[in-house]
Amino acid sequence: MNLNLTLIGQIITFGVFVWFCMKFVWPHLLTAMQEREKKIADGLDAANRAARDLELAQKEAADQLREAKEKAAEIIEQANKRANQIVDEAKDNARSEGERIVAAAQAEVEQEANRAKEALRKQVSELAVAGAAKILGKSVDATAHDELLDSLAKEL
Amino acid sequence: MAGNSQEYISHHLTNLTYGKLPAGYVRENEDGTTTELTEATWTFAHGGAEASAMGFNAVHVDSLGWSFGLGALIMFLFWRMAKKATTGVPSGFLNFVEMIVEFIDNTVKESFHGRSALVAPLALTIFTWVFMMNFMDLIPVDVLPTLAMAVGIDYMKVVPSTDVNVTLGMAIFVFALMIFYSIKIKGIGGFVAELTLQPFSAKNPVVQAIFIPVNFFLEIVALIAKPISLGLRLFGNMYAGEMIFILIALMFSAGIALGLMAGVLQWAWAVFHILVITLQAFIFMMLTIVYLSMAHEDH
Repeated sequence: MNLNLTLIGQIITFGVFVWFCMKFVWPHLLTAMQEREKKIADGLDAANRAARDLELAQKEAADQLREAKEKAAEIIEQANKRANQIVDEAKDNARSEGERIVAAAQAEVEQEANRAKEALRKQVSELAVAGAAKILGKSVDATAHDELLDSLAKEL
Repeated sequence: MAGNSQEYISHHLTNLTYGKLPAGYVRENEDGTTTELTEATWTFAHGGAEASAMGFNAVHVDSLGWSFGLGALIMFLFWRMAKKATTGVPSGFLNFVEMIVEFIDNTVKESFHGRSALVAPLALTIFTWVFMMNFMDLIPVDVLPTLAMAVGIDYMKVVPSTDVNVTLGMAIFVFALMIFYSIKIKGIGGFVAELTLQPFSAKNPVVQAIFIPVNFFLEIVALIAKPISLGLRLFGNMYAGEMIFILIALMFSAGIALGLMAGVLQWAWAVFHILVITLQAFIFMMLTIVYLSMAHEDH
């Protein structure tokens, strides 16, 4: 175990290896590892964020669905109400139209009856004049007796 | 292997040494004759005696080669994974590398409170490299030396961290960083003050003046003890572990019964050693972080 130049050789060798490690090995490895660590941490963060976002989105979706359902129900209700209203209106319209038609028909019937009565009255008066003429044996001057005939006709 | 157990053990504990033999050294040749060197010669040592004759002008080729090779291997693997690392999904070996990097990053963050681009990569280098060097201990002690002998290399000590040069070399590098950062963060004045004005201090300037050398002595001992304990702790643990592996391996040549027992012992010690090599690598790294953290603290 005598000391000799090996000692110096070993010191130089050691120095060279330490320099090499410091220059080419350690920084590369550590940088790569630290960057990877950061990347993984970022990835985990992103995953957590995504999970949270998903939860929020699901909640929002559920909310929207519920809202949509409520709205739909409301719309259907309104539509039903409106339909009932329309049916009622239609019924009312139909009834009033029918009544109007009936009233018009009655008026016309009455008018016809009046006209018939008038015509009948006129014919009766003419018949009466003709009868009277036959009885009197001469023709009655229609113009002369018009006034009389008219009053007679009105009395009938 | 070797003729007797003492030779076997000392063979296992001898490094492949390349160094300068001084002039006038008498070499023993293979055939028993001797040659006297006329001038200082750089050569491979034949055995421990020549290696120690070389003194400081020698290199443990095996220790340095294995430690450089293992360090280069682990750095290359990590470098390739670093190039492959993206922000995408990691797979296979990259996962393992990132696990280690994250473990070291956390450890550094817990123990080192300053800001430094050096400490974490330093810790990674220490942990992986020391682990690799210690790991050589788990390869059965005879495998690689036998292979080396087959290709004509006489000595091969494959666990670099059982070489005190290697562990102290690393500790001295850490020590240099400690001094560098102490001065950089606190300034020379601050560093000197740290060495001289504590642990004892007094309001009275005369008493303080007496305290300064005492403090300096205590602090210098504490400071020097750090790298020495750092290096010797790793060396001692690995050396002892290796030694036990060698002793167990000795039993293989002592009959079937002892051989079987040695097999069981080797397995058990190897399993236990998995813990030791990891722990020692971790301790070396941890203490480095702590020492550098102390160097960064400004009082």
